[in-house]
Amino acid sequence: MIMTGAEIIVKLLEDEGIKTVTGIPGGANLPLYNALHKSKIIHILARHEQGAGFISQGMARSTGRPAVTLATSGPGATNLITAIADAYLDSVPLVAITGQVPLSLMGTDAFQEVDTHGLTLPVTKHNFLVRKISELPDIIPLALHIAAGGRPGPVVVDVPKDIQQEKMEIHSWIEPEKRKQDFRVDPGTILSVAKKINSARRPVLSVGGGVISSGASSFLRELSHKNSIPVSTTLMGLGSFPSDDPLNIGMLGMHGERFTNMLINDADLLLACGVRFGDRTTGKIEEFCSHGDVIHIDIDRSEIDKIKKANLSVVGDISSVLERLIPHVKENRRMKWLSHLAGLKQRYNHDNNMSQDIRHPKQIIKEINSLLDPGAIVTTDVGQHQMWVAQSYRFKNPRTFLTSGGLGTMGFGLPAAIGAAIANPEKQVVCFSGDGSILMNIQELATLADYELNVKIIIMNNNQLGLVRQQQEMFYEGNFIATSFKTNPDFAAIGREFGIRSHNLENVRDSWGVLSEALRDKGPVLINIPISNELNVTPIVPPGSANIHMIGGETNEQNGY
Amino acid sequence: MSKVTGLFSRRSFNLDGILCSQLENAAKSKIFLLVKNSECLDQVVRQLEKLYDIHEVSLHDDYALDIFNKLGCYCNGEGDNKK
Repeated sequence: MIMTGAEIIVKLLEDEGIKTVTGIPGGANLPLYNALHKSKIIHILARHEQGAGFISQGMARSTGRPAVTLATSGPGATNLITAIADAYLDSVPLVAITGQVPLSLMGTDAFQEVDTHGLTLPVTKHNFLVRKISELPDIIPLALHIAAGGRPGPVVVDVPKDIQQEKMEIHSWIEPEKRKQDFRVDPGTILSVAKKINSARRPVLSVGGGVISSGASSFLRELSHKNSIPVSTTLMGLGSFPSDDPLNIGMLGMHGERFTNMLINDADLLLACGVRFGDRTTGKIEEFCSHGDVIHIDIDRSEIDKIKKANLSVVGDISSVLERLIPHVKENRRMKWLSHLAGLKQRYNHDNNMSQDIRHPKQIIKEINSLLDPGAIVTTDVGQHQMWVAQSYRFKNPRTFLTSGGLGTMGFGLPAAIGAAIANPEKQVVCFSGDGSILMNIQELATLADYELNVKIIIMNNNQLGLVRQQQEMFYEGNFIATSFKTNPDFAAIGREFGIRSHNLENVRDSWGVLSEALRDKGPVLINIPISNELNVTPIVPPGSANIHMIGGETNEQNGY
Repeated sequence: MSKVTGLFSRRSFNLDGILCSQLENAAKSKIFLLVKNSECLDQVVRQLEKLYDIHEVSLHDDYALDIFNKLGCYCNGEGDNKK
């Protein structure tokens, strides 16, 4: 069979089970699009390559399966880089196939030529520059395999245009040799971990995105319940452990609850699963969990001892490690430790001390939470609204909270919600955004309108870059600069012009009524909700401080936010 | 090789010397990296091992420093199997 390089790529994507790709065509990837024309694969045309990348991320993050995005050379590839870097920091299996100028023109500063391989090198798990058509049958399956295997991450495949056009005789399809990582865990290590847990008096579990990647939620629950170990999650770990579980102590770190950080400070054993001890989580690392031992379980060996020295570590898939660990962990009710937890919780319950003002964003989020299905998928952009959602939305299931944790990319929320809706047509999808973030990928409202997806966009509008303004207020002597917008568009009008039903809750008498009706509507809806421009996210650990030195969340806080 | 040197620069690891040559009909290369025996050495090795193109990493402290110091003399070939 004689096939072009482009046809080989498309055929292999089909074989790998790829049903939907995102992207934008251009000169250097037109042969690929020509091959896609004859394929069953559905193509989602975004309006910006970054949007396309985040739509694919929304698909990948909500399903755990690798998702593919296509871009042309030059600006197509550079526009995509933010979405790739974002996938790298949050370990998302994104595969980007980029067009490149023909081999003969590479290195000549040809039209729309950039060194995509070089540019994406530091932000990918691996990247390929295809130099011969005969490499394609290996590279495409490998790219998907690498993206999804072990600790997931983005992979870029840069394909020069002439290789897409070149023809090759194919006699048979041979599966490429896929390197399997060996995660056999020494039974002795498992026993040592169990022994440490059994002899600990004040253990805490700290779980991150790795638990979600590994699909280890049910084992986590079993372990936590059997030995009565309180569970704190990182931002990326939200959803891995039900928020209504009595042993859930919420998010730790910079914007975590005070009692959560205090409890971890009191722990004599921190059992860290699928976390990388990011600076927003640990605060000043020397004082993080300084009184306790650390056991670190992660699939990525290089995370062990990278930031926090572990007393004991297990390199492996968290599901299989926990599954083998649980039988050796003794049942324990830990009355004393849990009553200490209850005491801290009561003393520092930030939410109880918080004003019950129904216009406060946290109350708005809770209200929306109560109106949505339990399985609804929530995406956020980046800023105050993101932290308020992380603090007050009650996540119950893994892969229902999609947020840009590591890179912190404003503009993530809308396209990620589109991707989640494409991959989960039966689910409600809500994107919480801010007036700063939404404008960073507002063009994707057009993509949303194209497919009439069931996405609800909530814009919490304080007319400023709120989280930056907050930092200026707290740490830069209130010298406000470049954080307040001189003008802001009418977002509801913008939404309507894109063909999306839109509401502005400013000066609306029955705003809850409008909100609940809008959330019940099928199809895309945009809702602009004005909020106060003087609110701060609390509690907050000042950058560089220890987690126990938080601002806000004290016992008798008087609306101190 | 760019994957290896890129790793060193972006992770702020020091790299004091580098030698690279192709092996077996150019399908594989061998790279000699001169690094200090500091506390981040473990991390350097683990990050290197994570690179898909890396087949094996091994540590040697019995190398001849000459190979890096007198690179000029080696212009006519002759490597040494040290790291």
